[in-house]
Amino acid sequence: MVVRHDADASAALLEQVNHALNSSAALRIQGGNSKAFLGRKVEGDVLDTRAHRGIVSYDPTELVITARAGTPLAELAAVLDEAGQMLTCEPAQFDGAATLGGMVASGLSGPRRPWSGAVRDLVLGTRLITGMGKHLRFGGEVMKNVAGYDLSRLLAGSFGCLGVITEVSLKVLPKPRQCLSLRLEMDAALALQKLAEWGQQPIPLSAASHDGKALHLRLEGGEGSVAAARERLGGELLESAYWAGLREQRLSFFADPRPLWRLSVPSHTGVLALPGEQLIDWGGAQRWLKSDADAVLIRQAVAAVDGHATCFTAGHCDNPFHPLAAPLLRYHRQLKTQLDPQGIFNPGRMYAEV
Amino acid sequence: MSILYDERVDGVLPKVDKSALLAELREQLPDMDVLHTQEDLKPYECDGLSAYTTTPMLVVLPERIEQVERLLKLCYQRNVPVVARGAGTGLSGGALPLEQGILLVMARFKHIIEVNPEGRYARVQPGVRNLAISQAAAPYDLYYAPDPSSQIACSIGGNVAENAGGVHCLKYGLTVHNLLKVEILTVEGERMTLGSDALDSPGFDLLALFTGSEGMLGIITEVTVKLLPKPQVAKVLLASFDSVEKAGRAVGEIIAAGIIPGGLEMMDNLAIRAAEDFIHAGYPVDAEAILLCELDGVEADVHDECDRVKVVLIQAGATEVRLARDEAERVKFWAGRKNAFPAVGRLSPDYYCMDGTIPRRELPGVLKGISDLSEEFGLRVANVFHAGDGNMHPLILFDANQPGELDRAETLGGKILELCVKVGGSITGEHGVGREKINQMCSQFNSDELILFHAVKAAFDPSGLLNPGKNIPTLHRCAEFGSMHVHHGKLPFPELERF
Repeated sequence: MVVRHDADASAALLEQVNHALNSSAALRIQGGNSKAFLGRKVEGDVLDTRAHRGIVSYDPTELVITARAGTPLAELAAVLDEAGQMLTCEPAQFDGAATLGGMVASGLSGPRRPWSGAVRDLVLGTRLITGMGKHLRFGGEVMKNVAGYDLSRLLAGSFGCLGVITEVSLKVLPKPRQCLSLRLEMDAALALQKLAEWGQQPIPLSAASHDGKALHLRLEGGEGSVAAARERLGGELLESAYWAGLREQRLSFFADPRPLWRLSVPSHTGVLALPGEQLIDWGGAQRWLKSDADAVLIRQAVAAVDGHATCFTAGHCDNPFHPLAAPLLRYHRQLKTQLDPQGIFNPGRMYAEV
Repeated sequence: MSILYDERVDGVLPKVDKSALLAELREQLPDMDVLHTQEDLKPYECDGLSAYTTTPMLVVLPERIEQVERLLKLCYQRNVPVVARGAGTGLSGGALPLEQGILLVMARFKHIIEVNPEGRYARVQPGVRNLAISQAAAPYDLYYAPDPSSQIACSIGGNVAENAGGVHCLKYGLTVHNLLKVEILTVEGERMTLGSDALDSPGFDLLALFTGSEGMLGIITEVTVKLLPKPQVAKVLLASFDSVEKAGRAVGEIIAAGIIPGGLEMMDNLAIRAAEDFIHAGYPVDAEAILLCELDGVEADVHDECDRVKVVLIQAGATEVRLARDEAERVKFWAGRKNAFPAVGRLSPDYYCMDGTIPRRELPGVLKGISDLSEEFGLRVANVFHAGDGNMHPLILFDANQPGELDRAETLGGKILELCVKVGGSITGEHGVGREKINQMCSQFNSDELILFHAVKAAFDPSGLLNPGKNIPTLHRCAEFGSMHVHHGKLPFPELERF
């Protein structure tokens, strides 16, 4: 079992939160600030989590790693890699700046998400500085835990609006024995149709993306299943670097100067007719859109197929996150009021009222 | 300290006039079945935790969501507590009724609304049985992965409310990992959608928060679950060990070899003998522990992994490793495990099933602790263990007809859970807190953490009408429970050596 104690700065973080509570001053929580482009602008004093870093415990045979929020994802990935394990949610590292806390707070997952789960699916426990100025622990380091409400998973994707995440325990998994990527020339409509069909079969897919020209697939598993699927699917071998490019938004598609939108839709939705360029990820469940189209038009089109749209370009849109239905918004506000009564944590980052 | 609702420590419940409420229900919801006589109410006095009973004031059996909507609006106006119930198979008393409340039975909502093979999801009403979903998906070679052992009877609404698990959680996750969307009714009777048909939805992850919230935050009226392609093959290895420690270490070795089995179960000698006696599964009755390791997936991989696991097991000191020869033998191996509870039930008039989880490395110490406690309390304990994910099910054998044995079993169970918390585990992995573990919540969480849980509750149900008293103890209860611990003299059975 590896135990390291890099730096426990939780006392200082708690002190800063208590100071903010005493003066009712808003805090802008940030780690590497690598996802500053996402969400509404927050006015407030910066609370920087990066001094609170390091792996608290990691036992590969338990499949659990616990680390402080300010730990860079790159460091976490390196430690896991050494033990032949990985974070299956495949988060973006954004030039090495991204931290564990930011990964959980933003809840953004990479290409493997539909097959291995989102960030929230891996979260087993968290420590949290609350709006009552307490440093508390929820969940734990065990795979199954249904004692009390699942606050840890609630924090995933809450963009710091419910408190300061200081420590996270995550489920990790062994890396697959075999991994190879394929490129199959076909148009997007056929690709989506094929993906819906293959999704019903035990094919060891772990990523599927269409870049406008061809379908890109990643196969992961044992030697036998990967070889059999490769044989069956055909196509040409693809450099695995494609997936890092997709995850880190470095593919040429992302260089397009138009605003970037993330469309989350049911995976079997057909090609979405919207102005601009699209790139399909998550086997069809996530569509990236580069478009000058009006936000209302994009949202209407996506809502019509029971999806939602998030604007990924800073400052382009007053409401980067898809608006909530009225009762949902009311309960979001009530939850915020209960957990952060003074409204000091990232006020307005997700929604003006939250 | 009794787990039944005690207004002194659990909070004063609103006073409800039964006959006035009954009259109003009949007037406003004339076509909804309402049970109100003592003999009609009797079958609903408990759920799967049958040692504890409370007769509900009224039982309602709606058949349309509009009726539930109307009922909740009425209860909200009239300040009437509502306890939701699915199939009533829960093991922690999550659906234990209240004398001053309505028991809302959702079991008649049995309709499978849609099975969508292209989207790989099924949309069902909350009273649909867990297994019925997989049966409906079977024609498409798809299935719903979570398989609690009550799956032939338990309903999906209850599965969501409890975040139910099963024997395949390590690889396929709990209920929370296999949901896309739930429709709920709030305490005010307002409809709300959590999650979506896409893989995520805007805003906070309320779907995750509601999963496992034990009917405290809203009433589930529809569930959309993910379906997975059925694994091509599944093979089971049965390994025998001459010590529980070795079996425990073998589990870690399998995972260290980079293999995640579909199921990985351990049983100790008492459980092995009970199961063998009952099912004749071919278990080695002289082994101190057995491991059942199921490998599933694509045929070529499974074949390869079986070979790898066999080597690991032998190196870890297994005295025998058997691969189920065929599907019939595989089913037989599993039948022994799946019937372990009733099998143990044959050894004793009653048994009490615990549900603690621990980091796997703590297994030898915890088993030793359990065996010491078993001796101290004079009650036998059989151990069945979801070894892959650290979820223990110690079964405490007792006889409720012997005065005091139930209380002793309950105290012993509480001690086992506290032991789990002490080594970094949890008091419940999949059965839920309900009323059963309400006192042990005070060991796992401090008062500030409990205050935050109550704050979450207040955001969704400020008047506290939904399933009052479950899941999260009041600080008052914990204070009393804590003082009971400190002042030994107040414990029941002072003649027993405990500390």
